[in-house]
Amino acid sequence: MGPMTKLLVQRISLGLLLLLLVSVVIFVGTMVLPGDVAQQILGQSATPEALANLRAELGVDQPPVARYFEWLGGLLTGDLGTALTSGQSINEAVGRRFSNTLFLAVSAAVIAVPLAIFLGLLAVRYRERWPDKLISATTLTTISMPEFVIGYILMFVLGVQLRWFSPTSVGYRPDADLFTRLESIAIPILVLTLVVLAHMMRMTRAAILNVMQSAYIETAELKGMPMLKIIRKHALPNAIAPIVNVVMLNLAYLVVGVVVVEVVFVYPGMGQYLVDHVTKRDIPVVQACGMIFAAIYIGLNLVADIVSILTNPRLRHPK
Amino acid sequence: MTDEILKVRGLKIGATIYPPGEKARDIAIVHGVDFDLERGKVLGLIGESGAGKSTIGLASMAYGRGGVELTGGSVEVNGRDILKTGIRDIRSLRGGEVTYVSQSAAASFNPARKIMEQVTEAAILHGKFGRKEAEERAVTLFRKLGLPDPENIGERFPHQVSGGQLQRCMTALALCPEPDLVVFDEPTTALDVTTQIDVLAAIKEAIRDTGVAALYITHDLAVVAQVSDHIMVLRMGDMVEYGTVDQIINSPKEDYTKALVSVRSIEHEEKKPTSEPVLKVEGITARYRGTNFDVLKNINVDLHPGQTLAIVGESGSGKSTLARVITGLLPPSAGQITFNGRTLTPDQPSRPLEDLRELQMIYQMADTAMNPRQTVGTIIGRPLEFYFGLKGSEKQKRIQELLDEIELGSGFQDRYPAELSGGQKQRVCIARALAAKPKMIICDEVTSALDPLVADGILKLLLNLQKIEDVAYLFITHDLATVRAISDSIAVMYQGEVVRYGSKSEVLSPPFDDYTDLLLSSVPEMRLGWLEDVLANRKMESAGN
Repeated sequence: MGPMTKLLVQRISLGLLLLLLVSVVIFVGTMVLPGDVAQQILGQSATPEALANLRAELGVDQPPVARYFEWLGGLLTGDLGTALTSGQSINEAVGRRFSNTLFLAVSAAVIAVPLAIFLGLLAVRYRERWPDKLISATTLTTISMPEFVIGYILMFVLGVQLRWFSPTSVGYRPDADLFTRLESIAIPILVLTLVVLAHMMRMTRAAILNVMQSAYIETAELKGMPMLKIIRKHALPNAIAPIVNVVMLNLAYLVVGVVVVEVVFVYPGMGQYLVDHVTKRDIPVVQACGMIFAAIYIGLNLVADIVSILTNPRLRHPK
Repeated sequence: MTDEILKVRGLKIGATIYPPGEKARDIAIVHGVDFDLERGKVLGLIGESGAGKSTIGLASMAYGRGGVELTGGSVEVNGRDILKTGIRDIRSLRGGEVTYVSQSAAASFNPARKIMEQVTEAAILHGKFGRKEAEERAVTLFRKLGLPDPENIGERFPHQVSGGQLQRCMTALALCPEPDLVVFDEPTTALDVTTQIDVLAAIKEAIRDTGVAALYITHDLAVVAQVSDHIMVLRMGDMVEYGTVDQIINSPKEDYTKALVSVRSIEHEEKKPTSEPVLKVEGITARYRGTNFDVLKNINVDLHPGQTLAIVGESGSGKSTLARVITGLLPPSAGQITFNGRTLTPDQPSRPLEDLRELQMIYQMADTAMNPRQTVGTIIGRPLEFYFGLKGSEKQKRIQELLDEIELGSGFQDRYPAELSGGQKQRVCIARALAAKPKMIICDEVTSALDPLVADGILKLLLNLQKIEDVAYLFITHDLATVRAISDSIAVMYQGEVVRYGSKSEVLSPPFDDYTDLLLSSVPEMRLGWLEDVLANRKMESAGN
């Protein structure tokens, strides 16, 4: 087995192990949450007998270890369980919600990732001059504001004052045509883009600047190459690993961190779904959402790791 | 049209520096230098660090490294002043008319791209050749430079070839676009002597065959004497002397040039071994964790009190690993070390304070061996507190004595490492080692990063201190001139083994084993025609075999 295959196998197994550990943490974490789902369903006036009956019916009176393994077994066979409050299959509800969340995240990523890398390259090309300073100042301003603040500001300006886009995503229908769907989430896309842009752009700039200090960049300059070509042909290939890393981190954030934005814009995604069921103490839903978010987070970071292994010439072309 | 490629008149170069806590100010690096270079000729630029050699070399490509600016005078390449021309013209000059070979090919090649792409890039960029022609020319150059497998070596990545091979690839990179002038900036300095001689021969032949003009920058007069027609001696941005190689080497006019020519004139009488060695290394074998080969194989050497044992070898021979084993940083897999009559435990944390105190170390990079935020007084005072519990005026008195011993005045106590020169930093490290009153000091390439004249000063100081303090040195170096200057006994290491060991006079007198012979004959000598003589000798020997 080559050193690269070995590293890849190692990373993937580590990722799976991590996921298993996260499942324990999520399970234990949700167990110690205060509150009682039976109380939530039946209300304050419920009799102790009724509460006990309902608990037995929902299975929440079983010992925790047995419940964990039952839950884990379900997860491994692709069964996320049943929502306590509605009695519906979580798979079904999550499937719908998740595709909505992905649609929003992917739309934002399609704009934000290329834009961030382009701005990063531009900032390097005009380092310490006004384009660099303008890009840095603008992106840092947007990242410094909490996303709900930006959200409400844009909602007010673009949605209410100018009436360019719908102020909220209440009217979002998954079966509408693409243009209509995009129109109803235009403002959330913009908010998410502004939130992730600065981090990716700054890291792209730093990664390339770091490479630009290398002696081989001087070699390229002394070959008479124009600066943009040097950045593209000599600096970028060596900066891919750190850039992919930060891009993946931000993609994960786009999926996992949209909770606030979804709530602000009343968008029927995973975030809304999660927040709703936390308030109802519906543990299986919270657990399922937690696992999905964790899997995405770990998965995307794993992809970043794998890319940085694959782009390392020393590993790709051993002696 | 004359055959003049490069004409430099009154070249002034400056830079803006930003001293911490002070206002930015402009300093002059080169104060007006004139010289000419004709087609097919080689001019050697020689001087110590800070002399402005590289800066002048890069100025012929209108390039200023970092914040360096070309502030005055003129640099004419092929008849036009490149300090006045536009960026487009400069780009066509760089990599087209003038090319550059750097000291570290390993750093100057892009790790992510194949050698061939990088060697042919400039030639294709400037439209000198099409891709196919450029690649053919590269292969021809690879063959001419003596690279193994010239047809396919271009398909490899930089990390897949050795340092000496990569340095030759860099020369091919510079020659590929058929330039008029090549700037060689210390092209062999980072190489081992046995590798240096091959690269030097390859460069010399390539210059002769292609008829290109060259600026050859180095601090090593013996090296530049082998490849140049003329030599310009520089010091702190001024020209000291200019002449033919013969004149500079054999009848230098200026005092500074004389000092450079006669450097390494330390005479050191070899001391005979005394009864009981202070350090006894017996059967040491060691390997690094996670590897499956021995870096050190059955090493046996002795070091006697107040004497110097030089460990000589090229990079990768295991000499620094031996130091790591002796200091306990790398526990050996077999063998034992006796120090001062006691057996040393294999790993450093388990050693008693007394062993730690009596065995001190000085490193190659004095810069990184000191805390930049501590003053010289604190740095030297630390072992005094740690080992002897000295405090207050007692400690101050001792710091003062140590500063006197290393020939630095009391004013140095409150300085920070950044405020010292390279030689002064190394002196402070010596004082720190001496502060522990050691029986033995391991000196790991302590003069390698220093200019020859400064290095000589350090060696003299070490010899002097040896007499006063009766301390033994284990002196690790790749430089045979240093070995001659300082040692009483010598161990020659090659691929983890000691191939030759004995007193200095024994080791350095014939008959030699093959490796020691190769090593000794590869050290450049300061005379004309040395390179040709050595190569002719080797050819004869290999023909004789």
